[in-house]
Amino acid sequence: MQELTADAAIELRGIDKSFGSVHAVRGASLRVERGSITGIVGENGAGKSTLMSILYGLYRADAGEILIEGRPVEMASPRDAIGHGIGMVHQHFMLVDSFTVLENLILGAEGGALLAGGLAAARTELARLAGEYGLAVDPDARVADLSVGEQQRVEILKVLLRGARILILDEPSAVLTPQETDRLLQILRLLRDRGVTVVLITHKLREILAVTDKVIVMRRGEVVAERRTAETDAQDLAELMVGRTVRFDLDKAPAREGETMLAARHLSLVDGRGVRLLDDISLEVRAGEIVGIAGVSGNGQTELLQVLSGIRPPTGGEIEACGRRVDAAHPVDPAEMRDLGVAHVPEDRLRQGLVPAFLASETSILGYQDREPFCHNYLMDGPAVGRYCADLMERFDVRPRAPGLRSSNFSGGNQQKLILAREMARNPKVLLVGQPTRGVDIGAIEFIRRELIKSRDAGCAVLVVSVELEEILSLADRILVMFGGRIVGEVAAGEADERMLGLMMAGARAA
Amino acid sequence: MEETLTLVIATLAATLRVATPLVLCAMGGLFSEKSGIIDVGLEGKMLMAAFFAAATASLTGSAWAGVGAAILAAEVLALLHGFACITHRGNQVVSGIAINILAMGLTVVLGAAWFGRGGQTPPLAGTERLNPIFFPVAGDNILVYVALLSVPFAWWVIDRTRFGLRLRAVGEVPLAVDAAGISVSWLRYRAVLLCGLFAGLAGAYLSIAQNAGFSRDMTAGQGFIALAAIIFGRWRPVPAFGACLAFGLLDATAIRLQGVKLPGIGEVPVQLIQALPYLLTLFLLAGFIGRTVAPKAAGVPYEKEH
Repeated sequence: MQELTADAAIELRGIDKSFGSVHAVRGASLRVERGSITGIVGENGAGKSTLMSILYGLYRADAGEILIEGRPVEMASPRDAIGHGIGMVHQHFMLVDSFTVLENLILGAEGGALLAGGLAAARTELARLAGEYGLAVDPDARVADLSVGEQQRVEILKVLLRGARILILDEPSAVLTPQETDRLLQILRLLRDRGVTVVLITHKLREILAVTDKVIVMRRGEVVAERRTAETDAQDLAELMVGRTVRFDLDKAPAREGETMLAARHLSLVDGRGVRLLDDISLEVRAGEIVGIAGVSGNGQTELLQVLSGIRPPTGGEIEACGRRVDAAHPVDPAEMRDLGVAHVPEDRLRQGLVPAFLASETSILGYQDREPFCHNYLMDGPAVGRYCADLMERFDVRPRAPGLRSSNFSGGNQQKLILAREMARNPKVLLVGQPTRGVDIGAIEFIRRELIKSRDAGCAVLVVSVELEEILSLADRILVMFGGRIVGEVAAGEADERMLGLMMAGARAA
Repeated sequence: MEETLTLVIATLAATLRVATPLVLCAMGGLFSEKSGIIDVGLEGKMLMAAFFAAATASLTGSAWAGVGAAILAAEVLALLHGFACITHRGNQVVSGIAINILAMGLTVVLGAAWFGRGGQTPPLAGTERLNPIFFPVAGDNILVYVALLSVPFAWWVIDRTRFGLRLRAVGEVPLAVDAAGISVSWLRYRAVLLCGLFAGLAGAYLSIAQNAGFSRDMTAGQGFIALAAIIFGRWRPVPAFGACLAFGLLDATAIRLQGVKLPGIGEVPVQLIQALPYLLTLFLLAGFIGRTVAPKAAGVPYEKEH
């Protein structure tokens, strides 16, 4: 045991961390050997990033011990971590856009009160590193003008310039093109060969298998398994990541599909920086069926919902919603979509679904506030809104039944039920639902799912986006899997199993 | 010919005199704003400093004691602003306005209680004032030279020093500064204290150099004009200095224009002329120029998730 500790660059023992009522990391223990590449995999919310933020001193653990090269250390701030030779490349880059590459590189390690000396030294050092690791970047370019891949190279250089012996990368390939990713993996191998210890946090199994020596799997805040990369494969890891979860069995009659209510053809979305968020998406949702979209979050699902609901116009392709055509030249706004009969329950309840400071009654008509009977001649009819809300609360079992209470005072489940009630009450032809039960208590989960099935049976075309595989499996009649902004597979509900979907979600397999 | 030359020189000297407090204030405000702390309270800091400068000079007979007291008074308010906005992550504009109101009330109340002259301090003379050094007519006291030197100083600090680099970074992406292991709060406190130093000097200039004593509300919105100069100068010292000079010139010309009949217009009302700098300020602040160059994190308290 003593010997093992000696080769460990990092050892974590019994790390525990809660944010309010969320238990993010539960007694996690792990070891990372010196001069190796270790992967940490897990689904979203498995606690990987939180654990690494604790190691880097950004968060303080509630309990547990951190050992660096065998010695117990205190990580009160990133300064401590840097002092122990740890560098971190964050998922969201910590770069100042308006600064040049050199200025960003020396920030925090300027080498003296005046900049001139530090800048010159960094320039020389940069040239050396560029030669040694093939990390070439123009030192005088403004960071804002660099591509995402180059910005990441700046982040890695920043860490190396500080002489870090341990490099942590949090989802480094999330924003990279496949070519940039390959380049990154090459760099990581080079770093390892020169004695740097690398920790790679990701949910992409392909990268893990390509580059790591060892894999640590996390699930629900716990370290559930550790494997030598050579002795494992994608199937094994996918299974460990997803775990065996209990399925809510809903008695669900087979779908009676009607005509197509919502169709997307070759839909694409490219953002201002040129990143392709949606890539050639084609799908159809017919009346009377639930189509589920599975995928690890951040693979384009959010953007897909935004485009389908009219919040963002597509940059290519077209949508046909209840007979109306939408494309880049003919955009639509969410109110118009609602008028067409497309209702949307957004993923982010607190930011897009409701206004936390509004009363429940106000939330219950948000988006429909200019219609009778809530509004006549520009004046709101408070009592009518209150009665309407009370009626919705009764039908959707929202507790407490208090239309006059602030929306923020309801539990997550009851907020969600209220939003669902608002969108479903008008019998929409199409219902788009993002993360129907995220942060919702167990009791409300079943209720919400039953309501979605009821609405399907009433002839509504339902599209559900969820990162919970088990939810998709229990609700959907047809399952589409998204990865990297594309739909990588379609499976009928009866033929799907978690392992197969898990592989597709990780981009390891296409159907 | 000689008359014209005299007029030009006199106007330029007047410009410099009027611009001095603006320049000092703007350089101070620049440090604060660069760090991401908006300072609407420049006006209040300057007013409080002006009062304590005159009061101390009158009591001790020393102008230098007055300058010290002015700096101290402005620093107390700067720390208050920092405590509210940095330590407690309060709203920076609200804190600034509160400081202005506090200064406006406190200077009058203390003035009335200590000197009983309706809020004014006793008139100052001799060593109680900072007197001109080379040209008695021009009014070139030491603070005018300090103001002139403060511009290259601010440029040098912001552009060429480690502190300046970190200052610029913390006003743009405080998270990056935190991740680099640098304390966001301590950086911002230092910026706010630098701001207090300059605002204190500006206040002292008003009451013991330009004028011979404090009178109520004597800053008359110059703190806001300095703020406008920062914005007009796009948060850079030299252009901000240029903006201050422009305001000063406008003011100096306005004084010359009083009672002069302009061809075709006739005599311009004094009130309209006096309102010119303020109208220009309003015009600039109302978004005549783009806000795109403001430090990205200005006005946003830095909050770490815990």
